[in-house]
Amino acid sequence: MAEREYDASRYAPPAEVEEMELPHARGFISKYVWSQDAKVIAIQYGLTATAIGLVALVLSLLMRLQLGFPNSLSLLDPGSYLQFMTMHGMIMVVYLLTAIFLGGFGNYLIPLMCGARDMAFPYLNMLSYWVYLVSVLILVAGFFVADGSTGAGWTLYPPQAISPGTPGIDAGIVLMLVSLAVFIVGFTMGGLNYVVTVLQARTRGLTLMRLPLTIWGIFMATVMALLAFPALFVAVLMMLMDRLVGTSFFMPEMFAAEGGTEHQGGSPLLFQHLFWFFGHPEVYIVALPAFGIVSDLIATHARKNIFGYRMMVWAIIIIGALSFVVWAHHMYVSGMSPYFGFLFATTTLIIAVPTAIKVYNWVLTLWQGNIRFTVPMLFAIGFLFTFLNGGLSGLFLGNVTVDVPLSDTYFVVGHFHMVMAVAPILVIFGAIYHWYPKITGRLLDDTLGKIHFWVTFLGTYAIFYPMHFIGLEGVPRRYYAFGETTFISDSVQALNAGITVAAFIVAFAQLLFLFNLAWSLRHGRESGPNPWQATTLEWQTPHTPPRHGNFGEELPVVYRWPYDYSVPGVKADFIPQNVPPQAVEREPDAGRGGDA
Amino acid sequence: MAIAIALILLAGGSILFYFLSPWQLTPLASNWGAIDQTITITFLVTGAVFLAVTLFMVVALIRYRDRGQRRAHYEPENKRLELWLTGITTVGIAALLAPGLFVWGAFVSVPDDAHEVEVVGQQWHWSFRFPGEDGEFGRARNGLMDESNPYGIDPGDPRGEDDVLVNEPHLQLPVGRPVKMLLRSKDVLHNFKVAPFRAKMDAVPGQTTYFWFTPSRTGEFEAVCAELCGIAHFAMRGRVEVVEPERFDAWLAEQPTYGELVERGPGDPEAGQEHFAACVACHGPQGGGQQATNAPRLAGLDADYLKRQLRNFRSGARGEQEADRFGQQMRPFAQSLQDSQAIRDLAAHVETLPVEPTRATIVGDLRRGEVLYRSCASCHGDDGTGRNAHKAPRLAGMDDWYLVRQLHHFREGIRGRHPRDVYGNQMVDMAQVLVDDAAVRDVVAYIGTLAGDGEVLASSNNDTEE
Repeated sequence: MAEREYDASRYAPPAEVEEMELPHARGFISKYVWSQDAKVIAIQYGLTATAIGLVALVLSLLMRLQLGFPNSLSLLDPGSYLQFMTMHGMIMVVYLLTAIFLGGFGNYLIPLMCGARDMAFPYLNMLSYWVYLVSVLILVAGFFVADGSTGAGWTLYPPQAISPGTPGIDAGIVLMLVSLAVFIVGFTMGGLNYVVTVLQARTRGLTLMRLPLTIWGIFMATVMALLAFPALFVAVLMMLMDRLVGTSFFMPEMFAAEGGTEHQGGSPLLFQHLFWFFGHPEVYIVALPAFGIVSDLIATHARKNIFGYRMMVWAIIIIGALSFVVWAHHMYVSGMSPYFGFLFATTTLIIAVPTAIKVYNWVLTLWQGNIRFTVPMLFAIGFLFTFLNGGLSGLFLGNVTVDVPLSDTYFVVGHFHMVMAVAPILVIFGAIYHWYPKITGRLLDDTLGKIHFWVTFLGTYAIFYPMHFIGLEGVPRRYYAFGETTFISDSVQALNAGITVAAFIVAFAQLLFLFNLAWSLRHGRESGPNPWQATTLEWQTPHTPPRHGNFGEELPVVYRWPYDYSVPGVKADFIPQNVPPQAVEREPDAGRGGDA
Repeated sequence: MAIAIALILLAGGSILFYFLSPWQLTPLASNWGAIDQTITITFLVTGAVFLAVTLFMVVALIRYRDRGQRRAHYEPENKRLELWLTGITTVGIAALLAPGLFVWGAFVSVPDDAHEVEVVGQQWHWSFRFPGEDGEFGRARNGLMDESNPYGIDPGDPRGEDDVLVNEPHLQLPVGRPVKMLLRSKDVLHNFKVAPFRAKMDAVPGQTTYFWFTPSRTGEFEAVCAELCGIAHFAMRGRVEVVEPERFDAWLAEQPTYGELVERGPGDPEAGQEHFAACVACHGPQGGGQQATNAPRLAGLDADYLKRQLRNFRSGARGEQEADRFGQQMRPFAQSLQDSQAIRDLAAHVETLPVEPTRATIVGDLRRGEVLYRSCASCHGDDGTGRNAHKAPRLAGMDDWYLVRQLHHFREGIRGRHPRDVYGNQMVDMAQVLVDDAAVRDVVAYIGTLAGDGEVLASSNNDTEE
């Protein structure tokens, strides 16, 4: 097509930054260890997050063992149950999900999908990972100190987090708080980098409204994280001071059986406000990248443009903004002024509207598509169903009146695991199956992938769906054992045993997945540069896996939005973003069109 | 295709599960039927949406699966459809929110005729306070709390004099009368929850929180703690008995007021000595315990614990089970004490007895015992001297054979199952941590190494280490 003359500037506005100098690697160490290549940093983030996530998975199995088959292991006393529960929650939410979506997928996909050579600040990017690793190590150190890790619950509510009666109030809680502070420092380095890269380093022609939704999701999540994490940061520092130097930010006057109380006048509720001002946006920090990625998975594998792209972008932005004014719905029965309930129930239910629109647009994208049931697509469908379920149960808990009997029960456990544990994890799996060929040049094994999907999808549903109902009965969460509580039916114990069995099966399926990851690295089928026939820029690199600098001699120029699938009158059923209008091969009998 | 079928089955199964599940809301026992109705409305609306979206997805997956013959339809946007969907969703959300807010309006408006009860949460039990005849609570704060003033009532506040104190996790409420529950915490966050009442709220140290309800039927209801409060969170139980107003008034009149407690003071050890004469045959002249008569050491136990156990023996809350042979023997002795004054005096006397070391008879794995003891330490103290505030008696220096027997009894529910033995209930839950007989021996052997009070125990630390 080279002979056809065209003027790119008609279609593509100029890029906002010049070509950048890359700090190229000079040896093994600077290529794979102290690497400044976002793709390598992404893998480092991904592997670290997966490793610590596996620890959290084992902790959940230990908890399930106690719940399903009480007191079968003497290792599991009430104290260690709380420690496992706390570490499981914190690791999964912060050190796995946040790190893998932003540090992992963010690092890998932002430069590639934006048509950039690398992140805007490669050195800072490298530093971000190593600081993250330090935070993980500090967290893990909690397992090895004398009194063990903290058992305060992942919410770390004071006074209990630093008062007698809770495990790990000596060193455990201090390590947890320090680790969180370090994590936030590391994240801020990475996060600023992602934002600057998306805003400044997009290639020529890639306007904001031509960004793939993956980037929109990760970008918005990063912006939110930069605004939300500081609230946690100050809360962590204040609690550290309460614990170490005897201030009373959160610590009121208390009766201490051991005699003497050193605190006076602090407010436990202040901590909860700070925590949830971070904690609620955190839900969307995990959800928005998942929303973005799943949009691209669905569009690619259904061979259809995402339905209502502009609406999807605005929904991401509106959800991001609204998520900062709903935090106190976690506190309806916390003892804050109950009049807040009116405000926060209203804002919370309003956020359901843009979220519902996203769900509609996903299923409408499937409608009249040409759906290929690839493994990534299966995970995307699994996400849709799980997220639908978890989102709807959120309408119970967000509505203040309904929340009163359901809060602090297994209904909540079921809800948040569906909506922010299983749903995002399904997307992560789908995304790994989808981008693994780009990362390694080989496809993951399909059969193993399908087994992995079916066991994970059905298994997690069997684990978490019934929990809503025992919650309805009033079974409280964070209980080591249920004893002979009069209002809890005996059948709950049988159910708990069943859930535990399901949990072990699901955990086993994850081993298959890990095996698949390792095995396919050498033995997987070679994928070629674009196995899914996708439109976005990362699939158009001259090399697979892409080399440092991503795009060879010249950066790509973008001429179209990322969803030109099945454009009428065009021969192929997809047009990559960097194909100029003149180069599109058309059906002989069709007229012009599709260059929208 | 398989995924489409799976989604149909899952969606259908989920809906069916809702109808067939044995786990439903507990039968309502308060005025908050409106809360149940909003839950039902939410189930209906969300269930319909769940089914509709899933079915739409299923149809799309089946009809538009790739069969290699057709192409997807190219349709970037459809403004009309998107507006319609937004509109319908907004209406649906409003339909959920409106009744919710309406009921919440009632939830935050406490009726003028509600009577007040203060709920005090602490690790890991509940106690209660009524305002007394003047209808007003005396000022109270955590800094004023000590063993003789567990509510931290300000002695200088005359309104506190007639406050009625219910210093056990057992509350009675009159049926049909609105009640405002004022919650306070001594230490960490707690949450007073009685599932059939629906309403609940956190107790937060340093402030007073509240909720209200009207008990709508008589009966006994279990209260649990619904906010994580440490290792015995799961064992923090209480009972609320909803009774006819006359019975409630009679019950309330039996409870001591703060003024009476102050006036009454501690028991009289001298008067207690006479009562103690009946005990020496089994428990030894100085209450040092005799294994031959299966009578444990009494010396070193705090008066509060002794009083509670004597009352339990008297009322049959302890020692009523056939399997508890020696407990049964205690009952007639406890019943021979005429009144609560006699019990107080006797307990006061036992507190004056000299604490002699006991001989170790149990061998166990000390290291394992130490790990197991972590679960005990939160209430009984790291040193095993007991914590009155936790209602946890002294363990260190007590007869080890007695501790082993009691732990077995708790584990098997021979002791502590009786509904009036409120702290025994807790021990039943906690003793489950000891998974086998070896665990019981190990933890008791470890307790044997705790001298308590800085005394050095003469015997056998070395014997037990094998």
